[in-house]
Amino acid sequence: MRHIETVFSGFGGQGILFAGQLLSYAGIAAGLYVTWIPSYGPEMRGGTANCTVILSEEEIGAPVVRHPTAAVVMNSPSFLKYRSLVKPEGLLFVNTSLIDIKDEEEDARMILIPASDLATELGNIRMANMVMLGAFVERTGIVALDAVKEQLAEHLSERQQKWLEPNYVALERGAALIETQV
Amino acid sequence: MAEKTTVAAATIPEIYEPVYTYPDSLTEVSTHYCPGCVHGIVHRLVAEVIDELGIREDTIGVAPVGCAVLAYNYLDVDFVEAAHGRAPAMATGIKRVNPDKVVFTYQGDGDLAAIGTAEIIHAANRGELLTTVFINNAIYGMTGGQMAPTTLSGMVTTSTPTGRDCLLAGYPVRMSEILAQTAGAVYVARESALDIAGIRRTKQAIKRAFLAQIHGLGFACVEVLATCPTNWNLEPWSALEWAKENMGAFFPLQTFKMTDEVKALGTR
Amino acid sequence: MTKQLLKGNIAFAEAALRYGLEAYFGYPITPQSEALEHLSGRMIEEGRVFLQAESEVAAINMVYGAACAGVRTMTSTSGPGYSLMAEGLSYIVGSEVPVVVVNMMRGGPGLGNIQPSQADYFFMTKSAGHGDFHPIVLAPASVQEIIDMMGLAFTLAETYRTLVIVAGDGCIGQMMESAELPPMAATRQSRPEWAITGARGRDRNIITSLYLGPENLERLNHRLQAKLARIQANEIRYQEMQVDDADLLLVAYGTAGRICTSVLREARKQGLRVGLLRPQTLWPFPEERLAELSQQVRSMLVVEMSAGQMLEDVQRVVQGRVPIRFHGRMGGIIPMVDEILDDVTSLVQTAAA
Repeated sequence: MRHIETVFSGFGGQGILFAGQLLSYAGIAAGLYVTWIPSYGPEMRGGTANCTVILSEEEIGAPVVRHPTAAVVMNSPSFLKYRSLVKPEGLLFVNTSLIDIKDEEEDARMILIPASDLATELGNIRMANMVMLGAFVERTGIVALDAVKEQLAEHLSERQQKWLEPNYVALERGAALIETQV
Repeated sequence: MAEKTTVAAATIPEIYEPVYTYPDSLTEVSTHYCPGCVHGIVHRLVAEVIDELGIREDTIGVAPVGCAVLAYNYLDVDFVEAAHGRAPAMATGIKRVNPDKVVFTYQGDGDLAAIGTAEIIHAANRGELLTTVFINNAIYGMTGGQMAPTTLSGMVTTSTPTGRDCLLAGYPVRMSEILAQTAGAVYVARESALDIAGIRRTKQAIKRAFLAQIHGLGFACVEVLATCPTNWNLEPWSALEWAKENMGAFFPLQTFKMTDEVKALGTR
Repeated sequence: MTKQLLKGNIAFAEAALRYGLEAYFGYPITPQSEALEHLSGRMIEEGRVFLQAESEVAAINMVYGAACAGVRTMTSTSGPGYSLMAEGLSYIVGSEVPVVVVNMMRGGPGLGNIQPSQADYFFMTKSAGHGDFHPIVLAPASVQEIIDMMGLAFTLAETYRTLVIVAGDGCIGQMMESAELPPMAATRQSRPEWAITGARGRDRNIITSLYLGPENLERLNHRLQAKLARIQANEIRYQEMQVDDADLLLVAYGTAGRICTSVLREARKQGLRVGLLRPQTLWPFPEERLAELSQQVRSMLVVEMSAGQMLEDVQRVVQGRVPIRFHGRMGGIIPMVDEILDDVTSLVQTAAA
């Protein structure tokens, strides 16, 4: 059964909530049940933001989970929090551009991606979220990368449409990293 | 609608010109008001204005909490009874969904100037197309004569037994002066119902306030200085005299705001 | 229509509009302000009435006025704003006009916080304002359900000429979920005969909650109580899952209720015979069904995001026939599946022993 419980977490402004929404849109297009719930409140104003996204073939009960099966962490506070929460057999996508991981900290769950550096290389550091999402989708297989691209075209604001192609490249770049790692 | 038992025209010889008729918009019910109370007079003025403007079937009244809580028994138009001070908010809801109707609130000083200050100021400031008749008799009548926000300095009430000490109880509030400051008000005047001349002026002002609404100009309010013989512990006549001597000094009879558009309407 | 990803607050607002909402009055308060923001644009687009009031006090009285005028009207708020509306809610019920209020509960008391909570259960079901009455209280557990319940809320409010509260929480409001909106319905063409619209060609209508003679007021109260009895007889709604063979019955509503569906799945995986009763109407409360179930299960676990408010209704109905345990989280904390599951396991073991 296709089912994933994942958290996207990072600084406000890193596009965390949007990445989660994009995955959600792609999930609905794929006929899955979807819940997306943000942490909301004062911490949204410049602090750490996160959202929990559940995609499932069956109707979703709890929209929040203590131990997600996957997490995308974009900054150090998020890494410290979710390192201990993600299930042992789960996946932890780590933005190594902003998170220093010592060798002894690494474990089998971790997928290391210098997302912010790659995004900068591709022309805009704010595309780090798409690099991570590309990797996430490729690794989990929960939805197709093309489905994410379709939803991106639909949900990127008009003002941001000029970034559509570069964002496609960012998604592909993230996905390609998984291919090479595997 | 129910037939009214007006004096049959046939019983009056034609040589007489009628100078008094019972307003259509006033029900034939004895009011519950105390002897000497001027609420009855102002109700009648509202009824006359509604008749003269031919709007009885298009008018909706909003009654306050206070002595006029039963105003709907006396004015023969659609009516709602609001919570204390909330008449302008309720009237806003009514008017917004009935933009082609004429909506008025009838409020006392406790209702409008204390518990409902926020509602009246914001309704005025939004320029709600409402007409407000504001009866100021400087006391809480219905609850038994306690201090009102408009109670004068030194005035004895059941909650200022030694006279209003403004340092302790705060100062009387001049609502018309405040409402006139709002951008949405087009007509704000203070009149009195303490003598014949005052009553006539009051009627003209109320009519102007209805016309301002009918012509879609903005919010209009007429404050009417009034008495409360019962709670002032005065005979009705003495109460009128007392009010003229004391209230006028603090609450000047004045048109505080009248836009050119309102002025152009006249009161005919 | 197809499924879309919809945020609860926007979903219920858009659904209300599509079910023929004619006038919305509100005041911003987290966690439901998106509803007000959404309607500020959409209502005007559709040529309907939207107004941001100066306070919740004013907002509910504007709604009261519009309801007296016979239009489909509502407001939405959260705990502190709901407190301010209590006065108006009582007048609305006393005047017998139809009104819908959405309360997206947040953590209290006081300013509390803006996280999800179910701590307004008593306030809504038992004491929604001064005087003797209960509003109808609907409890959605998902974005789809709050969409559907907006239509139901208007129907119930108008059928019984009373107050209907849709009791969501910050989670339902802030969550995005796959859901389907209803098609656009036209607004009503005419006003009910009791409405105040100007006494054109008819006797005047008066809408008041003032009855000075105690006999008159008692008569009104008898009529209100008779109405409540009809509502109790006809409008109880609940959802059950796997209650037939259940040893343990979970009782929970709203967000806590949907979390319990996950608890139930996990428990069943472990071979524990667990069922769920999820009230969709908090008032009227599904008393009869709960009493029946209390004859067949061995224990109950009530889960709420409060100190235990619906719990008192469950205890009242069950009357000690089976042991009832309570799992509650407060202050805006959403209970987790695993912590509830721990209670389930220990309760089943205790009951077996």
